[in-house]
Amino acid sequence: MSDRKPVDYSAFPDARGHFGPYGGRFVSETLIDALDHLQEMYASLKDDPEFQAAFDYDLAHYVGRPSPLYLAERLTERAGGARIWLKREDLNHTGAHKVNNTVGQALLAKRSGKRRVIAETGAGQHGVATATVAARLGLECAVYMGAEDVKRQSPNVYRMKLLGAEVIPVESGSKTLKDAMNEAMRDWVTNVDDTFYIIGTVAGPHPYPQLVRDFNSVIGREARRQSLEEFGQLPDALVACVGGGSNAMGLFYPFLNDGDVRMFGVEAGGDGLETGRHAAPLSAGVPGVLHGNRTYLMEDEDGQIIETHSVSAGLDYPGVGPEHAWLKDIGRVEYVAANDTEALDAFRALTRTEGILPALESSHAVAYALKLAGTMKPEQNIVVNLSGRGDKDIFTVAAIDGIEV
Amino acid sequence: MSEQVENRIDRRFAALRAEGRKALVTYIVAGDGGIENTVPLMHQLVASGSDLIELGVPFSDPMAEGPVIQKGHERALAHKASLRRCLEMVAEFRRDDPETPVILMGYANPIERMGAEVFADAARDAGVDGALTVDLPAEEAGPLSELLAARNLRNIFLLTPTTSEQRIRAITELASGFIYYVSLKGVTGAGNLDLDSVRENLARIRRHTDLPLCVGFGIKDGASARAVSADGDGAVVGSVLVSAIGEAGDGALARERVAELVAEIRGELDR
Repeated sequence: MSDRKPVDYSAFPDARGHFGPYGGRFVSETLIDALDHLQEMYASLKDDPEFQAAFDYDLAHYVGRPSPLYLAERLTERAGGARIWLKREDLNHTGAHKVNNTVGQALLAKRSGKRRVIAETGAGQHGVATATVAARLGLECAVYMGAEDVKRQSPNVYRMKLLGAEVIPVESGSKTLKDAMNEAMRDWVTNVDDTFYIIGTVAGPHPYPQLVRDFNSVIGREARRQSLEEFGQLPDALVACVGGGSNAMGLFYPFLNDGDVRMFGVEAGGDGLETGRHAAPLSAGVPGVLHGNRTYLMEDEDGQIIETHSVSAGLDYPGVGPEHAWLKDIGRVEYVAANDTEALDAFRALTRTEGILPALESSHAVAYALKLAGTMKPEQNIVVNLSGRGDKDIFTVAAIDGIEV
Repeated sequence: MSEQVENRIDRRFAALRAEGRKALVTYIVAGDGGIENTVPLMHQLVASGSDLIELGVPFSDPMAEGPVIQKGHERALAHKASLRRCLEMVAEFRRDDPETPVILMGYANPIERMGAEVFADAARDAGVDGALTVDLPAEEAGPLSELLAARNLRNIFLLTPTTSEQRIRAITELASGFIYYVSLKGVTGAGNLDLDSVRENLARIRRHTDLPLCVGFGIKDGASARAVSADGDGAVVGSVLVSAIGEAGDGALARERVAELVAEIRGELDR
């Protein structure tokens, strides 16, 4: 680590949205004008104290921040090594980190004067978080969701409907998150005059990877401050799950310039990397272009995107945010995978040792943290991003257990 | 951009201009209806009056396409079509048709996977005349444009109702072959064509370039093709053909249906 040339991480993306060779703006011409406007608006508001104050107010009074940093003592005991701290994003309003971003983008949507917002969703957490802010602001809301995901995440589908959103099942392609994103892009191209697209992860065309990261980096800023308060130093390691990568980017970003803090992004290993049935583009993919950015992808020899597999709908995506692709290449973050079984074991372990039901997505981070802690010393500290709560997943887990709920 | 030797696209548009005729550009998805049926379909398009063929390169995530062409991509992929196969099809087509321009229309990732330089060489060798890569806007198109230009291939760009004056200037400087004007805000095959907006925007673009202007998206028949090309140089027709190929199921019937559709549009354009 010591021979690495210092990089100023805050200087990325560059003016055209690139993180090294990744990122950029790979969309059809119709959307460029809307992206230019969004970029200009965000550039003018990013450092505007009034805008930041409005955002901070919403995070405190609507989302319920700061979220606690919780020492998981019995989980630590079970792992037998470093202390495991949980950054409790599961305690946010709507139950996941996703709302940090939708509250921020809602402020942008409001400023832009658009009457309608759209979103794509996998597990439904981002859809719920979008429907929530749309309800609060009185905006029309349409959420695109793969038909497969509509089936496996029915509680969230109903939540969105209760919130007044139209949930549109997407029947094309593999009927999951990637297809929902295609369909949301098609909607946006068609309704670009009156519609604001709230992308839910640190992917997509510039400036989305940047603004979703910025809105979520409240996670890392709090964790940094809380670490100093709770144990008087920075953590030795950060662990977060990575699908598109927004919760991980949010946790990692404020620590990137702290060279001694190791970071681990945990992808969905599905049935195991060796089976090919997984959703781990950073661990086993190649660079390519999809959904507006250049990044690591899961694809075949002809450049066709292939179907992914994960027990968690929120990680079931063949791409990943471009900043992660770059952080992997330069070696700042280590990307690993936890498979379905490991995630399910971690889900049960956390539930039984701490009384916290984690989302299956976040369970991947917990699974890796359990392994990692065992290799570290008891006086060391790991911060795990507990990105969401698992209530939405009890039907999935029950089905695996052969139980009808 | 460096001075280019005239290629098939330039010759075709020059000839049409000399005759005072509008160009009919036809789009099908390579491999849709079966790999072996694509080249015969291409010849049929030409026989029925198509001036230029846009061969769609199938992609798993065709973001800019409406439902009709999405299904065409899915059918083509089920037949194991790929960028490599497309290039083979063009090479085969060229054996019997040395003059009709063919451009490949598709998405960036299959080209990324093949490697842009390998693609540019293979495209030239196969007899391709240009490429239109939907998700490669001017900002990201530089490297591919240079590789294509060095091989005397054209890089076709889209202009849309949302393209600013400043971007029109920049893109027309980078563009070659012809300009593809997207008639509406939406996906291929959409139904919200606005002729007044098309007319205004073509005039706006014309102030910046002498390149031929072809209008596509939402062109369903001879009447709409005639209407949109009145102020431009041609019309692009895709979804109606892809829909017919999908419904036909077998190769002979697909050729018959496509022949009827293209002949009707040709007739209206020449009227």
